Amino acid sequence: MKNKVLLDKKAVERTINRIAHEIIEKNQGVDDLRLIGIRTRGVHLAQRIKLKIESIERISLPLGVLDITMYRDDVFKLKSPELKKTEIPFDVNNMAIILVDDVMQTGRTTRAAIDAIMDLGRPKRIQLAVLVDRGDRELPIHPDYAGVVYAANPEEDVMVRLNEVDGKDEVVVVASS
Amino acid sequence: MSILIKNGRVINPKSGLDEIMDVFLNGSTIEKVERNIRKSGGDVHIIDASGHVVAPGLIDIHTHLREPGYEWKETIRTGAMAAVKGGFTSIVCMANTNPVNDNKSVTDYIIQKARKEASCRVFPCGAITKGLKGEELSEIGELYEAGIVAISDDGKSVKNSAILAKALEYSKLFGIPVISHCEDEDLSKGYVHEGRASILSGLDAVPGIAEELIVRRDITIAAYVNAQIHLTHISSGGSVNAIQQAKKAYKKITCDTCPHYFSLTDEATLAFDTNTKVNPPLRGKEDVASIKEGLRNNTIDIIATDHAPHEGTSKDVEFDLATFGISGIETALALSLALVREGVLTLPELLRKFTMNPAKLLGLPYGQIAAGKVADLIIFNLDAEWKVDRNSFLSKGKNSPFHGWTLKGKNLLTIVDGKIVYKDKSFKG
Amino acid sequence: MNWTKKDLLGITELTKEEILFILDSAESFKEVSKRDIKKVPTLRGKTVITLFYEPSTRTRTSFEIAAKRLSADTINISASTSSYVKGETLKDTAKNLEAMNPDVTIIRHSMPGAPHMLARIVDSSVINGGDGAHEHPTQALLDLFTMREKKGTIDGLKIVLVGDIIHSRVARSNIFALTHFDSEIICCGPPTMLPPHLEELGVRVEYNLKKAIHNADVIMMLRIQKERGGVNYIPSIKEYSTFFGLRKEHIANAKKDVIIMHPGPMNRGVEIMDDVADGPYSVILEQVENGVAVRMAILYLLLGREM
Repeated sequence: MKNKVLLDKKAVERTINRIAHEIIEKNQGVDDLRLIGIRTRGVHLAQRIKLKIESIERISLPLGVLDITMYRDDVFKLKSPELKKTEIPFDVNNMAIILVDDVMQTGRTTRAAIDAIMDLGRPKRIQLAVLVDRGDRELPIHPDYAGVVYAANPEEDVMVRLNEVDGKDEVVVVASS
Repeated sequence: MSILIKNGRVINPKSGLDEIMDVFLNGSTIEKVERNIRKSGGDVHIIDASGHVVAPGLIDIHTHLREPGYEWKETIRTGAMAAVKGGFTSIVCMANTNPVNDNKSVTDYIIQKARKEASCRVFPCGAITKGLKGEELSEIGELYEAGIVAISDDGKSVKNSAILAKALEYSKLFGIPVISHCEDEDLSKGYVHEGRASILSGLDAVPGIAEELIVRRDITIAAYVNAQIHLTHISSGGSVNAIQQAKKAYKKITCDTCPHYFSLTDEATLAFDTNTKVNPPLRGKEDVASIKEGLRNNTIDIIATDHAPHEGTSKDVEFDLATFGISGIETALALSLALVREGVLTLPELLRKFTMNPAKLLGLPYGQIAAGKVADLIIFNLDAEWKVDRNSFLSKGKNSPFHGWTLKGKNLLTIVDGKIVYKDKSFKG
Repeated sequence: MNWTKKDLLGITELTKEEILFILDSAESFKEVSKRDIKKVPTLRGKTVITLFYEPSTRTRTSFEIAAKRLSADTINISASTSSYVKGETLKDTAKNLEAMNPDVTIIRHSMPGAPHMLARIVDSSVINGGDGAHEHPTQALLDLFTMREKKGTIDGLKIVLVGDIIHSRVARSNIFALTHFDSEIICCGPPTMLPPHLEELGVRVEYNLKKAIHNADVIMMLRIQKERGGVNYIPSIKEYSTFFGLRKEHIANAKKDVIIMHPGPMNRGVEIMDDVADGPYSVILEQVENGVAVRMAILYLLLGREM
């Protein structure tokens, strides 16, 4: 099957802008707001959301980077999962944490990320922002902010490509390899 | 009972014979060694040795039969079974039994037991000192009359030079050699050879000079008292040099080495396999080269096995704690044949080190194939390949570092005193 | 890269790539120890046994903490309290433990080759926590981690090991590891403690302490291994200390940003003086902190290996 483009470059930018506005609206401002991106593409998305919020609200927003490998429930079924560092340069206690990831599917990554953050402290609340929600949950977890919702078939993969990593911005549906 | 061995390559090192010949054995004597012997009659057992070598039965001047006292490691019966499988028709057993063979009753015991149970000839070696303690001489005369063929405190050196001197002098009365285990006890607080391998493994190590120092001492004393000395299990290049030099001036020196000293180096210890733990230890590449050269230029007269069987549990422990020794009598011939393939020795030269030379040292009328001699012979094949499986050893000792090796050269048939005592399954002759 | 080895028995069995992989992984685990809740669920439900035939505070505790921070269960067995005293062989102890299904056993023993023996007998993972004078791989790995952290690299350094080298498993493992890199390694000590053939391993031998540490980037002090007969190799501890004890005045000879290391335990006043051990160049306590991170990484890699 031919690749289906869900979001092209312009659409990605608009979606990120919308998510940034929604975050500010839903949290009634940016007091105690902290962004944490889940490695790898979630970090770049979080960075873009951060810049957008900062330009709207004219404040500086701290950004954290989370590697969830140690918390995965399938950690030993992967082939030597590569560890990257978690770097969260702020205290999560009593903060409103916005977790950012590129694609949400089963919900297991989010569960791992929530466990990781809970081990760092006690946030006031955690909300989840994803660029694509492709359905197929295996846990009762849902995003607070979703860029595009696409109910993918089992033979389909939804790929998020970002300029920082892949050289271009787009969200496409491809045949599963 | 007579046996006619046809068409084998008959080698008799003493006379230089090396030809396709027939050998006719009548009872316990070799009656004829000629081409195309014709014999008929129902009671002649004909053996076809074509493609094989017919040689005098090998003589091992250094084995440990462990009986009396350590029968779980080996007995005279099982040791002899292993010996004949390996091609040996005469073996000398060391005195470090329990009780030590330092008196007539132990010697008698061994000789009686061997007469009843051993399939090859067994010659006891008596202890130099009582209890191997190195303090007082054994009653060597009494031991000689009981039947020992040599004296040795093997397992240890005689630390006290005065006692060694006395033993050498006294042995002249009976014309038996003193077999010396050369090891400076104080320098030997270790388990492997001191060299590159010991730096890598961190195991406590023993330098080559621990052997060389005592080799030099023993030769000097022997020359001074004008007695015959035999240095056993020589392993280091320094010892070979010392012996080579000394032999120029003094002739009553002989020495032996063992197959593991020319088949393995100390690198074999890097995996902490306790089957490589032996005393003297496996040495470095340069030492192995010196040993081979020493065999080639006749500095080393004899190859012995130092067959040292041990039970599995004494080897199945940490390297430091494991017993020393290799159960080597069943692999000795095959490992030694590699020297012929490498060009270090010709086949007759190799066989000389296993037959004529040990017989001469001990004054035994064996080690030859000639009319009128005793019918102790072996038939072996130079090219037969076989895989060493220690679990199928006839010896109780399965402690071999050669397990899994593919060796070339196999003993097929052993005849002692005119009777077949061993026949390999694969031998169709 | 993918980790495939069941055991960590020594540095000699590792490639340079594997060494770097462990060091890189350890970076991630160091962060866990700095948190308030020093735990991640990665090895939850796994059983880690420490089987120590030789006493140890540092190494055993470090492994225990590492395992616990990964949420594993730990069991400590000391030879002096175990059936070892009743004459049980290592082989039997191993088989008995194996029957209880551990995931990994860390063994420390006074004789070289014991971990290798254990690894042949059991199906679970084995880590060498020190075997006689042979190897102490996790110590060398945490030493390299510390050097890299402090110096940015392990290449191009002048590293000096001082002490009872012939009896030191820390020295051996460090030498084996460092020879993968482009550094100059110098061994210093009395001639009796520097085994012959040492230079064949790729190190330089220097008997004079002052000369040895000239321009050094890293100085690693080693203790006299009394339990391996080290004291018999020198006339007296006092004499050893006079010629090989590291003093403040010596440090002036080294580079300005030299780091002083010691695997511990220290014999203060013998190989290292108080003002050096506690001085500004000492990274001895950081080594201990890094030890936990490195051991966490090793446990993680072994238990998560590609089967």
